[in-house]
Amino acid sequence: MPTITMNVNGTAVSANVENRTVLSAALREELGLTGTHIGCDTSQCGACVVHVNGKAVKACTMFAVEANGADVDTIEGQAHVDGSLNVIQQAFQDHHGLQCGFCTPGMIMSAAALLKENPKPTEAEVRDYLEGNICRCTGYQGIVNAIMAASGQTPAIAAE
Amino acid sequence: MYNFEFAKPKTVEEAASAMAAEGAQALGGGQTLLPTMKQRLASPEVLVSMTGIESMVGVAVRGDTLTIGGATTHAQVAADAADLYPGLAALAANIGDPAVRNRGTIGGSLANNDPAACYPAGALGSGATITTNTRDIAADDYFQGMFETALDEDEIITSVSFPIPEKANYQKFDQPASRFALVGVFVAKTADGVRVAVTGASNEGVYRWTEAETALSASFSEGALESMSGNLDDMIADLHGSASYRAHLVGVLTRRAVAACG
Repeated sequence: MPTITMNVNGTAVSANVENRTVLSAALREELGLTGTHIGCDTSQCGACVVHVNGKAVKACTMFAVEANGADVDTIEGQAHVDGSLNVIQQAFQDHHGLQCGFCTPGMIMSAAALLKENPKPTEAEVRDYLEGNICRCTGYQGIVNAIMAASGQTPAIAAE
Repeated sequence: MYNFEFAKPKTVEEAASAMAAEGAQALGGGQTLLPTMKQRLASPEVLVSMTGIESMVGVAVRGDTLTIGGATTHAQVAADAADLYPGLAALAANIGDPAVRNRGTIGGSLANNDPAACYPAGALGSGATITTNTRDIAADDYFQGMFETALDEDEIITSVSFPIPEKANYQKFDQPASRFALVGVFVAKTADGVRVAVTGASNEGVYRWTEAETALSASFSEGALESMSGNLDDMIADLHGSASYRAHLVGVLTRRAVAACG
């Protein structure tokens, strides 16, 4: 089996994977990073969003061998080194951006990618950017509020 | 999915020799091919990744022609072509979702020729030229029906060249679950006339709506199309929309595209 090396959350790692192993499976099963969730496994739901070389991608729809040599950032790398939540994670907690939590890793990673590209998005831009992230609990308003708050803006509609 | 041999060449020449292997298939961003392989609807013996070939990535303009490398992602086209060919950049910016746009490539989309994909409408509507490792193919000759193209099995789309029109606009009526076009219409106004390409609607895949082209070439206005709609005989009918609904959308979206051209 091919050996791939990646820089995952700032740490160099290597893993033996089959050519057909997708990145989400490599992260979870070879590296034990189970924060990247697999919802649909068909690139619809966005629970598996990670960053590869700084770009948000669906880890279920990229071969791990294609990430050989890449910088990969996952939800495990989002909190501060002391374990405290980063601004996006804290905003999700404060604004009811999650309920069951299954979609949350992908939501946080998509939100992080959005705010890097567009630090002060409008609510419409937030909703547009989350087109590929599905949540079945919150109805999205709490998530949108959280991302608006994380960008330092007041959410248009206050969460209940 | 079944396993496969994997090659990641650095040059088009290396890719061409890897593609000569029995059962080889080109891999762009994999946004269609991976799900297809998971369903075992495709089982290539060798996958040849195009994403490591630097000469196939990027957007360049020379004169009135915009050339996009075959392995360029939708996100890069959306960003880098925004000032050069805004109508096409806007099309790229609305394919799938942000994560899909960060992987999916123009070459992959055109090689797959999904009947509801956006890029085929952009390429045919622009009168683009698809350049492969062996030849140039005019868009008018390239698209040959649903998932059918003029490509040979081992041929690689290295770049796509778009003559930049005076005005262009793409209108997409989203199928919200798949984020493909239920119907999409690309309108381009050039010095030589108007081209109208329709995706998502026809059983024959992307096509030029010649009646609308004639009307719009005479008078580039919504009024020139009046109550025209697509040809009912060719329309796809499925649970997402009947043939008459799609035919109606073809007319509506073409008028919207003309209006958006200003």
